[in-house]
Amino acid sequence: MTTKIGEQKLLEIFGKMTLIRSFEQKINWLFSKGMIGGTSHLYIGQEAVAVGVCHVLRDDDYVLSTHRGHGHLLAKGGDPKKLMAELMGKKSGYCGGKGGTQHLCAKDINFLGTNGLTAGAIPIATGVALAIKLSNSNNLVVSFFGDGASNHGNFHESLNMASIWKLPIIFLCENNLYAMSLPVSKSTSIMDIYLRAASYSMKGLPCDGMDVFSVISTVEEAVRWVRAGNGPCLVEAKTYRFCGHSKSDQLKYRTREEENAWKKRDPIKLLKMHMLDSKIEPSVLETIEEEQMNLVEEAVKYAQDDDPPVARVASSGVFLNA
Amino acid sequence: MREIYFNKALNEALREKMSEDESVLLIGEDIGVYGGAFKVTEGLLESFGEKRVIETPISENSFMGVATGLAMMGFKPVVEIMFMDFIALAFDQILNHTTKFHYMYNGQVNIPMVIRTPAGAKGGYGPSHSQSLEALFIGIPGLKVVAPSDPYTAKGLLKSAINDPNPVLFVENKVLYGTKGEVPEESYLIPLNQAMIRREGTDLTIISYSRMLQLSLKVASFLEKQGVTLEVLDLISLSPLDEEAIIASIKKTKRVVVVDEGCKTGGIGAEISALLAEEAIEYLDAPIIRVGLPNVPIPASIFLERHVIPDEQKILDAVDQCLNW
Repeated sequence: MTTKIGEQKLLEIFGKMTLIRSFEQKINWLFSKGMIGGTSHLYIGQEAVAVGVCHVLRDDDYVLSTHRGHGHLLAKGGDPKKLMAELMGKKSGYCGGKGGTQHLCAKDINFLGTNGLTAGAIPIATGVALAIKLSNSNNLVVSFFGDGASNHGNFHESLNMASIWKLPIIFLCENNLYAMSLPVSKSTSIMDIYLRAASYSMKGLPCDGMDVFSVISTVEEAVRWVRAGNGPCLVEAKTYRFCGHSKSDQLKYRTREEENAWKKRDPIKLLKMHMLDSKIEPSVLETIEEEQMNLVEEAVKYAQDDDPPVARVASSGVFLNA
Repeated sequence: MREIYFNKALNEALREKMSEDESVLLIGEDIGVYGGAFKVTEGLLESFGEKRVIETPISENSFMGVATGLAMMGFKPVVEIMFMDFIALAFDQILNHTTKFHYMYNGQVNIPMVIRTPAGAKGGYGPSHSQSLEALFIGIPGLKVVAPSDPYTAKGLLKSAINDPNPVLFVENKVLYGTKGEVPEESYLIPLNQAMIRREGTDLTIISYSRMLQLSLKVASFLEKQGVTLEVLDLISLSPLDEEAIIASIKKTKRVVVVDEGCKTGGIGAEISALLAEEAIEYLDAPIIRVGLPNVPIPASIFLERHVIPDEQKILDAVDQCLNW
């Protein structure tokens, strides 16, 4: 791990990764207590990817996400209070309770949606990139998705269109080795998904998704390439989700040995070790960890105190009145 | 007044809206130099260029998503699905994304988008190029579904669809493309949500739309000579239904035949029958009769196709049955 990132920025990155970890651990707990309904797909283990990517982006760049999207939203600058309220189905949530975990949108920060359909957002992100190109803007789009989505028609169709139209988009594959339970080795014709870029005359780059500096330097290269008008780029972050796919997952399809091997490369631990090696005081990191946990507790309190949406909301807002 | 073809009327609507509003874009397959499979977009690439007439690879689900992304960013895409049968390939985007975003994101975005598509049998296109699938779409919240029956309505309705800030499925009929009608030079709009009485009568109401509306009008003309006057109601909007207009006509005639080209089971006729059963059963003097496609794929041979697609004789038989009940 080497980096030219200054100490202040490093602390911010550490803070964001810690926020996501604490937030997701809290969600796990709230879920087990029946305080959150539906399902949840936790981002624990993959924090370096969302935070590394969003660190490189400008505020006016766009992000479209997946079913496992809390981390992407928080990394983009989302408000943990409004996110927590949405997950609890309350009125001040990002979508007033109508969307929930897999249908979150925060237009004020150019976060155009988590998505309940695997690969569902990839074509929409491609359309956002086309809009940017047609408007002669120089911002760009990051479309997050997983290894499973890379076998979907939407992935192949969208990469093809983005390439022929030279769109300002980074296709960001978080390869966490399993599409729900099916391993990449059984689902995918290739182990290195970034190589699929070649089929679309596109730049493809791999990075170590457990190492935030690897993510940052790779995405910096991708962003330079895309902003220069060269067209899209496919980045593959090799990562691992520490929890199951969703709440019902008993993890029968992978071994505890494999999990432990990946957990030794916990992205937050790796960053922490680097920072301690760089002579950052442990007390500074502990303070940050505490602050982030407090943010999560405040979010829980905010969401619990928030009112439920009124009944008429359920049946209104289907159409925009002309 | 001048008469123009149905597809030309649509072409004029697109041209007028594209001239008025730079955010209106066309997106679809072979809509450029080729002019669209049924020539609806002919000449528009030459006039507006590649940034406004966007030709796509054969990737229906993804270009529907691309259009949705464009709409989220403030563009007004008009998507062409070459044959309505192919809309199956884009169904996920329409069902789970395009029509849901405004509601599920609590009004943060809206999707001003029109999906144009040719439906219906046209003498031998066969099972995967002849279907009228609008019934599959009327139960999707957040989607308006309309289908014009003549060039005048087609032009004004398409302009209204483009003006609407919501997704609109605009169903065109392949046989109607080659029919002519009066269309004024001046600009006008046809509202998206209003049925229209095309012919007044007192003995029975035929409720229909698109090409079947034209066949129903022929049946009404034929029966008039025999002293029977049919009211013919053009739905225009299949979702939402103009319930007021439907019920008003049934109150007057007390008998109804519903005619459409889709499958009878779960069809437009089924929905209207359910509406009448719930809201207007006390006015009916006879059972509701539906004319539609039996539950079979549409065979390619024209000798077979004519046995399953509704025609004047089938409509006439249904009217007889209802009047003589």
